[in-house]
Amino acid sequence: MIDYTYTLLIPLIPFVVFLFTGLAGHKMKPMTSGLIGTTGLFAVTILSYLTAIRYFWTDHVEGAGYSSLKAFEIQWLHLTEKLTINLGVLLDPISVMMLVVVSTVSFMVHIYSLGYMKGDTGFARFYAFLSLFTFAMLGLVLATNIFQMYIFWELVGVSSFLLIGFYYEKPSAVAASKKAFIVTRFADLGFLIGILMLSFMTDTFDFQTLVSPTGPAMAQAGGAAFLGLSGITWALIFVFMGGAGKSAMFPLHIWLPDAMEGPTPVSALIHAATMVVAGVYLVARLFPVYSMVAPDALHVVAWVGGISSLFAAIIACTQTDIKRVLAYSTMSQIGYMMLALGVSGYGGHDGLGFMAGNFHLFTHAMFKALLFLGAGAIIHAVHSNDMRDMGGLRKYLPITHITFLIACLTIAGLPPLSGFFSKDEILVAAFHSNMPLFIIEFAVAGLTAFYMFRLYYSIFWGKDTHYHHTPHEAPATMTIPLLILAFGAVFSGFLPFHELVTSDGLPFEAHIEYAVAIPSVLIGILGIVIATLMYRKVSTSPAKLANGFGSFYTWAYHKFYMDEVYLFMTKKVIFNYISRPVAWFDRHIVDGFMNLIAHVIERSAYLIKGFQSGRIQQYGYVFVSGTIVLVIIFVYLW
Amino acid sequence: MRHELLLTAIALILLVTDIMLKPSQKPRIIPVAMVLFSIHTIAGFFPAQEGILFGGMFRATPLISMMKNVLNVGVLIILLQSYTWLMKEENRDKMSEYFILMFSTLIGMYFMISSGDFLMFYLGLETATIPMAALAAYTHHQTKSAEAGVKLILSSALSSGILLFGLSLIYGSTGSIYFSDVALFYGTEPMQVLAFLFFFSGMAFKISLVPFHLWTADVYEGSPINVTSYFSVISKGAASFILVLILYKVFFQLIDVWQEVLYIISILTMVVGNLFALRQKNMKRFLAFSSIAQAGFILLGMIAGSQLGMTSVIYFVLVYIFSNLGAFGVVSAIEAATGKINMNDYDGLYITNPKLSLLMMLAMFSLAGIPPVAGFFGKFFLFTSAASAGYYWLVFIAVLNATISLYYYLMVVKAMFINKTETPIATFRSDGMTRAGLILAGLGIVVVGFWSQVYEFINSLSVGLLY
Repeated sequence: MIDYTYTLLIPLIPFVVFLFTGLAGHKMKPMTSGLIGTTGLFAVTILSYLTAIRYFWTDHVEGAGYSSLKAFEIQWLHLTEKLTINLGVLLDPISVMMLVVVSTVSFMVHIYSLGYMKGDTGFARFYAFLSLFTFAMLGLVLATNIFQMYIFWELVGVSSFLLIGFYYEKPSAVAASKKAFIVTRFADLGFLIGILMLSFMTDTFDFQTLVSPTGPAMAQAGGAAFLGLSGITWALIFVFMGGAGKSAMFPLHIWLPDAMEGPTPVSALIHAATMVVAGVYLVARLFPVYSMVAPDALHVVAWVGGISSLFAAIIACTQTDIKRVLAYSTMSQIGYMMLALGVSGYGGHDGLGFMAGNFHLFTHAMFKALLFLGAGAIIHAVHSNDMRDMGGLRKYLPITHITFLIACLTIAGLPPLSGFFSKDEILVAAFHSNMPLFIIEFAVAGLTAFYMFRLYYSIFWGKDTHYHHTPHEAPATMTIPLLILAFGAVFSGFLPFHELVTSDGLPFEAHIEYAVAIPSVLIGILGIVIATLMYRKVSTSPAKLANGFGSFYTWAYHKFYMDEVYLFMTKKVIFNYISRPVAWFDRHIVDGFMNLIAHVIERSAYLIKGFQSGRIQQYGYVFVSGTIVLVIIFVYLW
Repeated sequence: MRHELLLTAIALILLVTDIMLKPSQKPRIIPVAMVLFSIHTIAGFFPAQEGILFGGMFRATPLISMMKNVLNVGVLIILLQSYTWLMKEENRDKMSEYFILMFSTLIGMYFMISSGDFLMFYLGLETATIPMAALAAYTHHQTKSAEAGVKLILSSALSSGILLFGLSLIYGSTGSIYFSDVALFYGTEPMQVLAFLFFFSGMAFKISLVPFHLWTADVYEGSPINVTSYFSVISKGAASFILVLILYKVFFQLIDVWQEVLYIISILTMVVGNLFALRQKNMKRFLAFSSIAQAGFILLGMIAGSQLGMTSVIYFVLVYIFSNLGAFGVVSAIEAATGKINMNDYDGLYITNPKLSLLMMLAMFSLAGIPPVAGFFGKFFLFTSAASAGYYWLVFIAVLNATISLYYYLMVVKAMFINKTETPIATFRSDGMTRAGLILAGLGIVVVGFWSQVYEFINSLSVGLLY
């Protein structure tokens, strides 16, 4: 057994940094706390890479599969003989992969924010929250059991809430943070119900026990049925509900676009690369259970992913706020990952989808963080989020321009950039198991290329906007992370994921399937070409096209009125017909009862005051009477 | 025997030292006592020899050592917190008495917990009680303190009488006073039930269960505050330990009876304790009554009659020691510095003394049982053990009472953090000893909650304890 106990430090370092900068941050210079946070993250990154290298290569026995191992575990709460809540560190291919993703992106964001947030009044607070988030995310990734994951799951929710509402003087930011918290919290209720059902049926929270082929979860395959689905299928659908909330899947996605009110580095870290893929990670974590005992739940995952990705891609084509375009693009790409998991089988080449989903998670983290940080640099330069205020920026922001272009090409899926490989694997997996979903995804691939290049041309080409002051390139602290992430976006596609991260831990042969790859590249290029024709120069064709689609365009522009549907459901239906009566009942019956109790307590407290007279004779009298009453009850009456 | 011998030796050393010291040198006794007692506390944690002495009158097991260690930790914190008060002018001449009396009662508790028969048990009980009356009357120039001493001695005489009556009936019905023999011959005949009830009343007096609690309010209020914390924490803890041991070991044939008795008494205690605590404005009386309600919760753990019950009681007492001493420590520090003792004196304390307020908040949260501090887990395990024995209604009532208690604990927090006042208590800095005592209590509140090994360790000692 190889010793990995040091991995405990990986989540603990950001936690200590959080406590330190959170408690003492206001006494230091702002930059000091930023540097402390960045140094801490640097150490975390080094440890994570070391762990990845050791786990995947140096400590790995050639030919053997990758097994999961517990580097550390303590029992935290003892519920019953069998059921305990533990805290620990679990290492397996997906958690080690996530370590690399989280630490890399977080580290980049830490460096980037040194420049981006400079001079902001809440600089120290910002870094404290970033560390808190990183701690929570790493704890989530390394969780050994589903309950620990739930604890950290809520903690990332809280830190996301804090960071979205970072500019708390701005009412829109406050509203967005509340919205994000409430929507994900609502989804987490499903997650909690799922956890309780799972643990009730299997008597364990532990991931290793849950996914073991001979474990108690697998024995539940038949199980009692409700509405035609077995108990464990329902449990897993509820668990997925939590994942869908956090990963902004349709119809629980409405918080993500609003979450862009947070500082841009936060959007890059939390709402693009790490927290929002937690749902994907959750499904991947429980994948053997989904795959073996609840294929119906897996179908739900696949279809939710597919619909979300199409839905979001269409909306992305119509938005003008660059961060919102990216937000919908994130949702669309996560839909891809969910779909990949959903169509996957277990073991060997059947597990292609599993591998592809995780692969895409990895590459997406790189290029989407790059896009967001690039967008941050642009916003930094022109002080606006709206692409209609931009244009011709390629002359002013050369580094941002190049890296942004690389990211756009990557997400469009052009070879040999990383997005091509991961997206191609997903399409292949869908092609072999679910034709309707494949067609959807194929269309989304084209749409993705179109809206990304619409964004690219509107920012960097197009009309030559006159700015109040000449936009200038961001400082080195911001451009260096862009370059590093661009490197990752270009080359991470060459990582041999099919040997490293597979559903059963064993490597399999993966190769490019030209029947799928060539059409998907072609449709990507088609999307780029259309976007080039329409947006490279100022023209009337976009407006014409929009008119051509008529009301469909208006619908998409208004995000298919999802927010309005939610508002209608909550304000008109739930508030009027459920909350009002409940509130009435609460105010008159429940409160009345409580007031009655309070009154009775108050009165009786007043009445029994007489016992506390201070007269020792009376105390003795009460004492002896008490004994006698007990004797009468238990000797004579009982 | 290590605990007993060592502490007796310490008490004697202090007595002799005190005689040799000139009046002006009296304060030197404090560091001597502190150092010796710290050594004693640490020494207690080393594994001791197990076994039986004096033909079964004295027993030593790891569980019993653990109980004594829990008490030691509490006493250590109290001694640290007493420093400022002891250094006052009026206490200088007799400060060694404070240590010697306290150690004597502690020795009595050791013997009580270790006892293997009712004679040793009774001797321990009285050794623990009589010096306590002297402690209560420590500041005898104050009428209230003298009154407290007298009231304690009078009412404990009454309770001892009834307890002894019960013990003699036990001897009469079984022909033995050894726990192991009594356990064998004990049944559910009326006289035996009667004997048990008398015994129980005597113990209920010590733990201040309703309706045997009336002495507490006056005694707690009259005694010096550090003595009050000693009564409400250490004395109550020790009595709970021996009660749970005797219930489980000696009266297990009677389990149906004592479960019913505990059922009634615990509900009474929680409700009445809460009702009284609700109205208190004096912090000392407030803590005294809230500690009565806490004793009701302890019964909840005992009622299960299982290993879980035993573990949860010991764990809860440990948690309770830290939480209550945290609260008492703050009250005592403030009283020593400013003489203020009412709840509305605490208005705006957070502005002037943030650290004290934070510790007080932790202690209040822990006493109220708010996660994630230790008090939550203490209550959680008590409730679990009662629920696992099927007492769902009792748990329900206990949860209601915990909610009521939340109200008055939060009143203190509200006073410190929210209430505004023109004249808050001025910023002050306690001396090092007091601060050490406060920090120790605060650490305990946090660590014992998070560090689950403590619970697991106690649980491992409770294995095989039953029957």
